[in-house]
Amino acid sequence: MNVVFWICAPLMVLGGLGLILFRKAVYSALSMALTMVCLAVLYASLDAPFLFAIQIIVYTGAVLMLFLFVLMMVGVDTPDSIIETIKGQRLLSALGALGLLALMIFSVGGAITAPSAGMAGATTGAGGNVQGIAQALFGRYVWVFELTSALLITAAVGAMIMAHAQRTKPKLGQREQAQARMKAYADSGSHPGSLPNSGVFATSNSIATPALLPDGTISEHSISKTLTERGAQLDSTQLREITAEAFAKAQRVPDEEDEEL
Amino acid sequence: MIDQYLYLAVILFVIGAIGVMIRRNALVAFMSVELMLNAANLALVAFAWHHASFDGQVASFFVMVVAAAEVVVGLAIIVSIYKTRRSTSVDNANLLSQ
Repeated sequence: MNVVFWICAPLMVLGGLGLILFRKAVYSALSMALTMVCLAVLYASLDAPFLFAIQIIVYTGAVLMLFLFVLMMVGVDTPDSIIETIKGQRLLSALGALGLLALMIFSVGGAITAPSAGMAGATTGAGGNVQGIAQALFGRYVWVFELTSALLITAAVGAMIMAHAQRTKPKLGQREQAQARMKAYADSGSHPGSLPNSGVFATSNSIATPALLPDGTISEHSISKTLTERGAQLDSTQLREITAEAFAKAQRVPDEEDEEL
Repeated sequence: MIDQYLYLAVILFVIGAIGVMIRRNALVAFMSVELMLNAANLALVAFAWHHASFDGQVASFFVMVVAAAEVVVGLAIIVSIYKTRRSTSVDNANLLSQ
């Protein structure tokens, strides 16, 4: 138990320091995962196998992965500013933390003098760790247990409401879209049929390659407007030149052979 | 014997508190809050071991449930702030002070 503690405790402190010191949020999340896993090991060493499993499943598995999901969603690259917005905030928070540490160390330090009882007696009395927790959970704390279910439901509904976005315009169905297209045809004469597909060249058939019209100009409708706005559009005329050069060479080769003969 | 666990819990709690105070990224500040909750959990489990009773372990279990609910709502708030303000920095959520 002592050995486990002295292996895990430094790792946990390192993980905690990594959490607050890494500039990149993903590294912080991974240091947090290290701390969580080591904490689970400490639970196991304190004769709490049920909490060991719950810690890994709920914290490392669910909560931290949720953090990573959100991190990926809101942009991993968002830099954390180093500028102090409140003057002297670092110094004050360092002082506050030092005070908190001193207060808790001194209050905890000499408080416990009695030797620890250890979980062994309680576990054998209840017939196992999970049985003991179940007796407490569904006996003495059953009302609290019921309340947590209400809490979880409220949290789930709250998250759904928070993530829900009201539509500003009603969604267009197939009928409305067809009508709009025919109306545009009647008003401005734009083609109501499907748009031309992207260009297919010898070296590229990507959707970012615009198709060429018979006169050699680029057809703007053949690639998505989003790609054009992002600047992902490839240069079709350049792609065509490669093929044109290859054709020119292919035509020249038989001529040279003829001369040799 | 239980002392070392309590000292570790105190150190982790203070590290979490520092994280909440100095980090500007809302997600990292939130993770620091999780670290503080975990430190409290460690103290609860250590005391359960000290007193040979399951109450501490059950309390730690309830803390985990509350933390899970808190993470769900908190991350939803961060995502909806990010949707409107394109930032997760706690400094940028200053609409009420302007």
